[in-house]
Amino acid sequence: MVCVLGAVALAGCGGEKTAKRELKVYNWGDYIDPEVLKDFEKETGIHVIYDTFATNEDMYVKVKSGGSDYDVAIPSDYMIKRMIRENLLEKIDMDKVPNYQGIGDKFKNLPFDPQNAYSVPYMWGTVGIIYNKKMVTDPVDSWNILWNPKYAKQIFMLDSPRDSIGITLKLLGYSLNTGDDAQLEQAKAKLIEQKPLVLAYVVDEVKDKMIAGEAAMAVVWSGDAMFMKEKNPDLAYVIPKEGTNYWFDSMVILKGAKHKAEAEEFINYMTRPDIAKRNVEYIGYASPIPEVVKSLDPEVQQDVAAYPADSLLKSSEIFDDLSDNLAKYDKVWTEVKVAQ
Amino acid sequence: MEFLKRSYAAVIFAFLYIPIFVLIVFSFNASKSRASWDGFTLRWYADLFDNSAILNALYYTLSIAVLAALLATIIGTLAAFAMYKDMRPWEKKIVMNLTYLPVLNPDIVTGISLMLLFIFMKINLGFLSLLLAHIIFNVPYVILTVLPKLRQFDNNLYEAALDLGASPAYAFRRIVFPEILPGIVTGALFAFTLSIDDFVISFFTTGSGINNLSILIYSMARRGIHPTINALSTLLFLAVLILLLAVNRRVVRDKK
Amino acid sequence: MGRRWLVYPYHTWMLLFTVIPLGLIFFYAFTEPNSTQFTLENIRHAAEPVYLGVLWHSVWLAGLSTLLCFLIGYPMAMILAKSSVKYRNMLVVLIVIPMWMNFLLRTYAWMTLLEKNGPLNAILLHFGLPAIQILYTDYAVMLGMVYNFLPFMILPIYSVLMKMDQSLLEAAEDLGAGTWTSFRRITFPLSLPGVYAGMIMVFMPAVTTFVISRLLGGGQYMLIGNVIEEQFLAIGNWSFGSALSVLMMAIILVSMLFLSRYSKEGNGGGMFF
Repeated sequence: MVCVLGAVALAGCGGEKTAKRELKVYNWGDYIDPEVLKDFEKETGIHVIYDTFATNEDMYVKVKSGGSDYDVAIPSDYMIKRMIRENLLEKIDMDKVPNYQGIGDKFKNLPFDPQNAYSVPYMWGTVGIIYNKKMVTDPVDSWNILWNPKYAKQIFMLDSPRDSIGITLKLLGYSLNTGDDAQLEQAKAKLIEQKPLVLAYVVDEVKDKMIAGEAAMAVVWSGDAMFMKEKNPDLAYVIPKEGTNYWFDSMVILKGAKHKAEAEEFINYMTRPDIAKRNVEYIGYASPIPEVVKSLDPEVQQDVAAYPADSLLKSSEIFDDLSDNLAKYDKVWTEVKVAQ
Repeated sequence: MEFLKRSYAAVIFAFLYIPIFVLIVFSFNASKSRASWDGFTLRWYADLFDNSAILNALYYTLSIAVLAALLATIIGTLAAFAMYKDMRPWEKKIVMNLTYLPVLNPDIVTGISLMLLFIFMKINLGFLSLLLAHIIFNVPYVILTVLPKLRQFDNNLYEAALDLGASPAYAFRRIVFPEILPGIVTGALFAFTLSIDDFVISFFTTGSGINNLSILIYSMARRGIHPTINALSTLLFLAVLILLLAVNRRVVRDKK
Repeated sequence: MGRRWLVYPYHTWMLLFTVIPLGLIFFYAFTEPNSTQFTLENIRHAAEPVYLGVLWHSVWLAGLSTLLCFLIGYPMAMILAKSSVKYRNMLVVLIVIPMWMNFLLRTYAWMTLLEKNGPLNAILLHFGLPAIQILYTDYAVMLGMVYNFLPFMILPIYSVLMKMDQSLLEAAEDLGAGTWTSFRRITFPLSLPGVYAGMIMVFMPAVTTFVISRLLGGGQYMLIGNVIEEQFLAIGNWSFGSALSVLMMAIILVSMLFLSRYSKEGNGGGMFF
């Protein structure tokens, strides 16, 4: 009897050493092929706890306040810069992420992570104008089409201070990360001037609205543009000549992560070309891995909404962490909204 | 007059249910977009059963809502009773104001302040913190629905019972409670309703691995809400409807 | 005596879970960001005309929604209270069930319905009526607000009406009172506790609701709920966000105190009375 108990106890102890490996991932909703998660678990034996957040800011507040114990998160560019600055991220041991070599060179050492020590790009895209070819008769190549009185109440703008103020700054020839008061005042005036022409300031529902033909043009993210064009062939996407915002969602490891090794394994897995391709096909956004891009449908490879030529991105910028200037943008935006 | 009443009620019910109907229709849409109809399909329903994230979220949503409603109703009813009977007028005023003030706060303020409170109290964020948060924001609504019934209740009956030798607990149970029951039930219904649809407060007070349906759905908003959610909502709706009809039939039969 | 044994636990509960979180908000409102130094700067900033204007707009919208909910909901509550006991409970639950479907989904459904190319206009056009653009107007926002809060107005009123003492009404009839007089002098005053409860349950959350006006109103204006959320999330200035909340609470509290001077004494379900 004692021998049996002893054996069981020993087996129990041994069992703890080979305990289930775990990983906690925090990502945008519907931003991964669910099968990929399942396959990762099968291949590595790591049990993944996968949660979702709605905006970068929601995630940031939770992480900063100490209310999260996630290992991997997938925030956007400006948020990553902020988190690095506030010491909320762990450095990634790139030796453990060999697939990083497969990332395109122009996507390495991006402005928000210059030494590329904290993040590995996951998806990227641009911001542009989507318009209905049947409803717009003028050529669309500049942001100022959104200020054209001919299309009054046929225009959708984004209900997001950075995006809307940003494109206005681009139209005026300034940087969309500026903190210059005079430039911001000009942008404010321009936005107030535009207000009577705007049908609505939209958030995520813009996709369905444009597919349904509710308006002639809208400002959208490139990934969504792909989806919209597929559903409504009358739609076309354009990156204006003044330049725009191009964005990245990258994988990071949060400070104090309890499963750093598993996190690096996960990041490596997601950057593997065959896995990345599956995610790209499920989500429909653009991949930073050239090998994946080459294996896609040639039509997609040429599509401005998916993979714009470098020349188009010449005067485009990535969002910077505005830190102290954030309040200025907020004030401008409030004043625009309050204006009659 | 009867016709007028019926038409009015019908219009109100139609108003309440039209969006639900739209929701159900789109659960059969082969397209992910609500703007294009790509044909009838049942695949979202099939996908649902394979989706452990949604099923998990469903489990937590329902369990939190039921537990929070139950506990908040108990706490709220007892509190309302205490407020009504045993508090001095000035005390009652302060307590009432303090109880209702949080209802005024935007969800973000409640969510963040509770999150900070829990972190400070070293309560690990998880199922319990989520449940506690839900109970906390539900209690004022229960009190709000129970108090009018207490007000309506004839105090003399309670006093008479006490004079006749009943203990306060007994008098409460046999006399007060049945009279205020409609208020209590309404309070419980409200608490359940608020819990089942809460996003912001839940997001900030929950822990890793514990999600409710609202968190799942709001997180999907940027990419477009997946029709599997419509399928789930439809099934939930039908389940509740059937349950309601079944319970009602039994109650009616019992009454006979 | 044992009579206060219920009071103390509730005092403890309230202290922990209402007073302390509120205290936190007050703390943030009256201190400099990231420090414990006392300051009135946040409150002064929150009282600037642009923010007061936003607050006023929110209060006005909430007030209008509450009024509409009352006008639409009271008759419904009466109809429910008078309906046969067999179906009454079922009908009550049926009123609440739509709110068990996710809020975002319901609001998106309204957007689809009210679109320029949506079913509503399709029906109107079919009958030869002109198509209306209701989405992104104040009418759509009102519709959304009423849709979201109506059950919270109907049920408290119903729960009070259903136990109305019939003998009072019969006595009135015997004394020659008409239906309207009976209603005005007996039914309505007795239902006031439920009405106040309903009004509070609609007005207070409505003041800080902003998603409805964002989606159905096209984000054309800012409400106090937007501004506060922006401060907490995007800007990270919790001091200012808290100050806005505190100012809002103070203003609403004071106005309700002022209004209560004009209404009858302690109506049970009311506050600040």
